[in-house]
Amino acid sequence: MAKSALLKSSIGKKYWMALTGLFLCLFLVGHLAGNLQLLMPNSQLQFNQYALFMTSNPAVKILSYLTYISILFHAIDGILLTIQNKKARPVAYAKSNPSANSSFASRNMAVLGTLVLVFLATHMTNFWAKMHFDKSMPLMTQTIEAAPGMKSEYYVGRSVGQYYQVDQVKLPGDKEAEAGTPPKQLEVKNGTDVYNVQANVKVGELYKDLHKITFDFFKSKNKLFGVIPNEGLLFTIFYVLSMLVLAYHLWHGFQSAFQTLGLNSPKWTPTIKFLGKAFAVLVPLLFAIIPLYIHFTK
Amino acid sequence: MSAAKNINITLKIWRQKNAKTKGGIETYKLDNVSTASSFLEMLDQLNEQLVNDRKEPVAFDHDCREGICGSCSLYINGRAHGPDIGITTCQLHMRMFNDGDTIFVEPWRSKAFPVIKDLVVDRTAFDRIQQAGGFVSVNTSGNTIDANSLPVPKDDADKAFMAAACIGCGACVASCKNGSAMLFVGAKVSQYALLPQGKVEATERVLNMVRQMDEEGFGNCTNTGACEIECPKGISLENIARMNREYLKASL
Repeated sequence: MAKSALLKSSIGKKYWMALTGLFLCLFLVGHLAGNLQLLMPNSQLQFNQYALFMTSNPAVKILSYLTYISILFHAIDGILLTIQNKKARPVAYAKSNPSANSSFASRNMAVLGTLVLVFLATHMTNFWAKMHFDKSMPLMTQTIEAAPGMKSEYYVGRSVGQYYQVDQVKLPGDKEAEAGTPPKQLEVKNGTDVYNVQANVKVGELYKDLHKITFDFFKSKNKLFGVIPNEGLLFTIFYVLSMLVLAYHLWHGFQSAFQTLGLNSPKWTPTIKFLGKAFAVLVPLLFAIIPLYIHFTK
Repeated sequence: MSAAKNINITLKIWRQKNAKTKGGIETYKLDNVSTASSFLEMLDQLNEQLVNDRKEPVAFDHDCREGICGSCSLYINGRAHGPDIGITTCQLHMRMFNDGDTIFVEPWRSKAFPVIKDLVVDRTAFDRIQQAGGFVSVNTSGNTIDANSLPVPKDDADKAFMAAACIGCGACVASCKNGSAMLFVGAKVSQYALLPQGKVEATERVLNMVRQMDEEGFGNCTNTGACEIECPKGISLENIARMNREYLKASL
């Protein structure tokens, strides 16, 4: 009796590569739509509200776990397939002319995918991990001119019209007030909650400032590892190069997923191939414009 | 076409005594090769020279020498069946080469196609895949009906015929960077899946043939499309997609 092996067989593994790959293409579109808000003027509040939504909405949570699983599965499955593929040709050709019959991208999906994974690790450390786990993540502030010539910094509360003057709010890391100065009335707890110190009552919630983290990251003048100057430029270049790698990966991957799922017909395949190439150029290009804009303007 | 002339070439050929010994590339000079001769005739000429020099001739597969049997193989200058498309090695001519050229000749490289001797590889893995499901079990004991009594749409018949044009030469495996046999198996699955006679056993067929393909140690297709370009019979990638559809259908 013939048995199907949807996880173990060659074709089964390919289905999973295709399905997770296409799901990650959808993720890219969503992520890009979010990131493009950074190009809008005065987008700070909107972007931080969006970041809050993306880290707290239950539906988004389900999608994000699906995304993590897809990335892991796509990577592990890809490694397993590549190991088998290497084993299938134990002796290499002395002379090979692969460009005569296949594209660069199609032959280097494993290498390109590994590079994308390296980028992803750095990218998640720099932004995702900070947003989720960094206890000292900066909170969003705005400079407000209460009266002519009376500018000061305020924390922005999540309810409309809520502002807390920065020098009146105690942060977890702050030292105790010096003798002689009045003690601060407000205190930040649990990362973003504002408490009235005396009554110990929560009076409001603040936004994590992912917008500032992003802008500071790509504009940073610090030395990388304490030696290489202007790390913001290096981060920008690394990001743009990573998008180029992603573009190559998608150039082959998008249409390849359809072929693997059996969706190949003279009627539709030319359209799918065109869409795949348009996707592979447009999506990474738009992603790459954002750090370039942040680094070289303002 | 210009008139035939004679060229002098250098050959770098894989020599391997048998399956157990380690092989290596040997270099041979061959003069006065007519550009009108076929590649295999050129190898015959080399072997004559080797025999006259009391050396072991180069072993290579060949049979019909008209591009239909699938016997001849050879990875020539980095490409299966050499530098042309839609041909087998016996259909490759020396007019594709120039005077003074160095030509690499290697056997198919695949774990599932072990070298028997020199340029001859064991392609019985393909036979075993075919035996796993590439057939229709019809009772032929006296009541066989005429094939034409089953209506088959022209389009399906044409596609099935194009898939059946596969001669099982193994160029797809040899060209594939992953050593995948999916074009071969895709063609064999398709030629039956498209016809009413084959539909009866379609589920078992695709599952069994894919399982056998995996057991033989062929790699996994990454859709580079190299096989389709190097296939002497122009078998299309559509056949791999059809196999993938059939496998999914059979699995659900």
